[in-house]
Amino acid sequence: MSLLVALGIGALTGTGIWLMLRARTFDLILGLTLLSYAVNLFIFAMGRLKVAAPPILDPSLPPTLETYADPLPQALVLTAIVIGFAMTALMLVIALRTHLETGSDHVDGGGSDRT
Amino acid sequence: MNWPHLIVVPVVLPLLAGAALLLLERRSERGGAQPGGNPAALLSLLSVIAQLLVALMLAARAAGGGVEAYLLGNWQAPFGIALALDRLSAMMLVLTALVALGSALYARAGDAARGPHFHALFQFQLMGLNGAFLTADLFNLFVFFEVLLIASYGLLLHGGGAARLKASIHYVAFNLAGSSLFLIAVALLYGLTGTLNMADLAERVAALPGTDTAMIRAAGLLLLVVFSVKAALLPLYFWLPETYGAATAPVAALFAIMTKVGVYSIARVYTLVFGDDGGTAANVAWPWLPLLALGTLALGAVGTLAATRLRGVVAYLVVGSAGTLLLALGLGNEASVSAGLFYMINSTLMAGALFLLVDRIAAARAVQGDHLRPDDFQGNRAMLGAAFFTCAIAAGGLPPLAGFLGKAMLLEAATPTTLAVWTWIVVLGAGLGTIVALSRAGSLLFWRSGPRHAQHGEEAHGHSAHGHGTQGPASHGVPEARDGTGLAPGQALGAGLLVALLPLLALFGGPVHGYTTAAAEQLFERRAYIDAVLGTKPVPAAIDVRREMRERGDIKGAKKP
Repeated sequence: MSLLVALGIGALTGTGIWLMLRARTFDLILGLTLLSYAVNLFIFAMGRLKVAAPPILDPSLPPTLETYADPLPQALVLTAIVIGFAMTALMLVIALRTHLETGSDHVDGGGSDRT
Repeated sequence: MNWPHLIVVPVVLPLLAGAALLLLERRSERGGAQPGGNPAALLSLLSVIAQLLVALMLAARAAGGGVEAYLLGNWQAPFGIALALDRLSAMMLVLTALVALGSALYARAGDAARGPHFHALFQFQLMGLNGAFLTADLFNLFVFFEVLLIASYGLLLHGGGAARLKASIHYVAFNLAGSSLFLIAVALLYGLTGTLNMADLAERVAALPGTDTAMIRAAGLLLLVVFSVKAALLPLYFWLPETYGAATAPVAALFAIMTKVGVYSIARVYTLVFGDDGGTAANVAWPWLPLLALGTLALGAVGTLAATRLRGVVAYLVVGSAGTLLLALGLGNEASVSAGLFYMINSTLMAGALFLLVDRIAAARAVQGDHLRPDDFQGNRAMLGAAFFTCAIAAGGLPPLAGFLGKAMLLEAATPTTLAVWTWIVVLGAGLGTIVALSRAGSLLFWRSGPRHAQHGEEAHGHSAHGHGTQGPASHGVPEARDGTGLAPGQALGAGLLVALLPLLALFGGPVHGYTTAAAEQLFERRAYIDAVLGTKPVPAAIDVRREMRERGDIKGAKKP
């Protein structure tokens, strides 16, 4: 499982960075989104991967680390997801607006700079 | 005043003010062009003044030398989020409030009315800044970074126009990538140590086994990259001149403090967590920082010489001052850090004042704006010139003002280190370059500008509208307020306040330097910080819902100790 998750994170990061390096706003946003998915998975994995273990205390389970998943990374990921989502939405608005103003989706405004 | 909740006021006050402003601004619907008649502008200004007073009170408390921790939500430190107040954070709070006051006064006189929600975003940015300076938790630092960044995206776009949009795309994308790296570094640290409280991290990192050396060093250096993005260190500064060149004047002035968040974070994290006692990750940043800082400083000076607009010159001054600050930090001894903190006060006020002045100078010139070409000068040339001259002396590090003291102390602190020769060469060389650039700009703008240049300027303007894509002329696409008389009263007050603080800082250089020296000492005295944060106990609550529920048996399975 660790290998699979690691490969998944690696693939997302690699694709994300590749897309970000293309100088088009749509690719850039897609790349940033993939990168933020990779980061969220990474944070989650840093709390150690564990199957079928609850993060919340349950009176029926013995209170040892064996039986519980780390709840903190889940809280961190939740925050990171919310922030990442808001940022992506904002980025989309700015990209759309730039496209309308400059008539190009190049991140530098392209050749048809109407300023 | 010893009210314990005062520490959280710099975060809560702008939050509440910003929320109220959102409602107020919606109601008044941009009817705020007339200064004084707009309740939103007044509320924003009052909030900033209150923040300044609170910051001064906190500084007076911190000057005693103790570290005070404030437990948010009354949770014990490593588990809950803590705020911590020491000399350095108190100093940063005061500095933020001063720059914000100048900027808010200036914005109130006209710039705020150029788009919706300026004042609310302004307050949210202050909330992020104050929070970042106060927090003692790494993840919380990330959250406050994001708060100030979201607000800064909105502020950068304030006023609209294609140039600002283009700058925004770069700025936002760059910072989003930076935030991702921040999260990776934070997650790595959490995976290795199981905590994100900086005081707790400091202890755990020091006790980390040798098998984790590579990982912890990677995490430490990743954090350095993230903070360098904010502080505009050498390979990562390209966003800055463009962004600062495109923003409206009060926004650019407020952004002058934003690069200092990165500097502050580096100072905090690399003394507390990765300092001398950092175990296998001890001093992980110090070999890199001085070299990159020297490069940044040199490039900043070259940039001021190469810029074709006054705004560009000032933006590169910010890059250069970031280089100086990080060099001071990178030398890593108490004297150099103290000199750096002293220089930071000077350079932040100087950059804030200059951004406001440039706007006025541009408005006073007939057609050229802030392009460095001769032009008809219509405003109060003597006053603007004197103010510019004062700022230029502060920026160049010439004797009467505090910039000189800061640089002299930095050179003195560098002398015993191995980098002494390079520090002397680059700092003095960059200072010379800056002075040449500023005197060239000043003589062009104020001496060689007169009525006879008006026609020549008109011709040249046709060229100036194109070919400056990278600089992103702020004046294009947006009608700038050009009254021809120079300064509106509020703008004079805002810019004048920041300019006047520069000689004052030199005048009170002794006490201020005493404070920064004490702050630097405290920064290296990490034991006190750790003990204060981890040792602060939650206050027994008057109404403890959890205990009551436990006693009534509503919570099952919870045992009383």
